[in-house]
Amino acid sequence: MAEITKSRPGENMRLVEALQYRLPVAGVVSILHRASGGLLFVLLPFIIWMFDTSVTSEISFDRFASVFTAGVGPLPGFVVKLVVLALVWAYLHHAIAGVRHVWMDATHSVSKEQGRSSALFTLAASLLLTVVLGAKLFGLY
Amino acid sequence: MAINYGSKRLVVGAHYGLRDWLSQRVTAVVMALFTFVLLLQVLTPGPLGYDKWAGIFAQQWMKVLTFVVVVSLAYHAWVGMRDIWMDYVKPVGLRLVLQVATIGWLVGCAGWAVQVIWRL
Repeated sequence: MAEITKSRPGENMRLVEALQYRLPVAGVVSILHRASGGLLFVLLPFIIWMFDTSVTSEISFDRFASVFTAGVGPLPGFVVKLVVLALVWAYLHHAIAGVRHVWMDATHSVSKEQGRSSALFTLAASLLLTVVLGAKLFGLY
Repeated sequence: MAINYGSKRLVVGAHYGLRDWLSQRVTAVVMALFTFVLLLQVLTPGPLGYDKWAGIFAQQWMKVLTFVVVVSLAYHAWVGMRDIWMDYVKPVGLRLVLQVATIGWLVGCAGWAVQVIWRL
């Protein structure tokens, strides 16, 4: 165990310390990739519940649709819409950031400039698509 | 090279480097293709109501594809969540509990999804 007990820089960094670091854009995409994946994992039962109720029968489909207007339990409909909006963003960001990884692996395009521009693209594309789908979700078109 | 057997054996970390790296990408590509295939069917002309939505998943090939995606997702999420636990949770006992809970969570979710697919 001796080899692994030697201390490494940053090993005992607290979260508050880590939050004080200014990240480059690629770093922001990276931590959001992790955060969005964690969110999708935590809300996985809700995603499957939506799949279940939307696809099982016409009656359950109506129940699925009504949750977005009438809400569920103490939660009003717009809160459900906000949760789904967060899931939409998490999925888009995670997927686009993932494609970015595969792209970098496949083309060996690993440079500081490419890392920055593709990170900016990931942030912008996922946010833009979230706005477009969110507008649909909230009935703006 | 450091001694890595007996009492000196390195017992922490994943050590599945290449396998995890590759499986994370293969499962991701499967899910991306599924997204594309599903989008193509959702965006066909006509209103998107229950009939069209359920009709997409009623096809046998779509059920099989969805099943492959469910398994891919569970494995993908396992690799990712284990990375998160290994990075942030240092006490071995707590980490083990979280990892076992993660497996239970994912297997449970996958079972539910499979039930939904083949009840249709």
